[in-house]
Amino acid sequence: MGVLPGQGVVCADEPTAAVASGESGFHALAERELPRLYRLARRLVGDDAEDAVQDALLKGYRAYASLDDEVAAPAWLTAILVNCCRDRGRAKGRRVEETELEDADEFSLYRKIAAEDPFPYSDSLHLDFLHQFGREDVRAVLAELPELYRLPLVLCYCEGYQVKEIAYLLEVPLGTMLARLHRGRKLFERTLWDYAERHGLLKENATR
Amino acid sequence: MITCAEAVRQLWEYLDGVVGETDREAIEEHLSFCRRCCGELDFAEELRSFLAQPDEPALPPDVKARLLATLTELEGPP
Repeated sequence: MGVLPGQGVVCADEPTAAVASGESGFHALAERELPRLYRLARRLVGDDAEDAVQDALLKGYRAYASLDDEVAAPAWLTAILVNCCRDRGRAKGRRVEETELEDADEFSLYRKIAAEDPFPYSDSLHLDFLHQFGREDVRAVLAELPELYRLPLVLCYCEGYQVKEIAYLLEVPLGTMLARLHRGRKLFERTLWDYAERHGLLKENATR
Repeated sequence: MITCAEAVRQLWEYLDGVVGETDREAIEEHLSFCRRCCGELDFAEELRSFLAQPDEPALPPDVKARLLATLTELEGPP
């Protein structure tokens, strides 16, 4: 079974094609998929992307002979990469306190912006808030999130995977994944606000 | 009838298309008269497109060369 974003879960329980095993088959697959895998790894683990892709190539190379569906090979390699990224993220990710999560669950960025009114002369307050963030800022905010919440969030909203696909990739039940995405969105909103405060983005004349 | 808090809690899941038929109808009914929740919905959509912006750079040639060299090393001499 494997997935690519938005294409649904592909079941490969029944062998549908004999994959030409051996080194050249995997080499060709890896070379073809490298740009996509690297881009995904950059999103998931930032500067550790090269190491994560290397881990995935090693694991994929060893397991390639047991792959029996050539059509599913790109999704199969993606699943391996996501797991390698998760392992790397776990090793480095910050721990999040339960009180912080409860606090975030109650947070609404929409209401916070309206209440604090950081740009009093604006007639599109909420959009102006988002426009203060450059790409580097968004990357930094995502990087601040614990891996448990960052990976589902990035896979869903940056990469366009469906929730059931992410549940499969990260090997958790669908209900658990929905709960993690919910908390992840709340933590993301909270972190956007905190980051904006810390970096002086909440000023009328802040220029990007 | 659902409250604003219940509607807001489900807005992203509504946009993700993962709420059931009954919940979807309740949210849409609430949105039909609640201006503030419509504002929340618009903002949730903005945040989603904000996250979906293309971002990461292409695979740098030196990284590609190193990764392919790893593979070649694994495969051993021809």
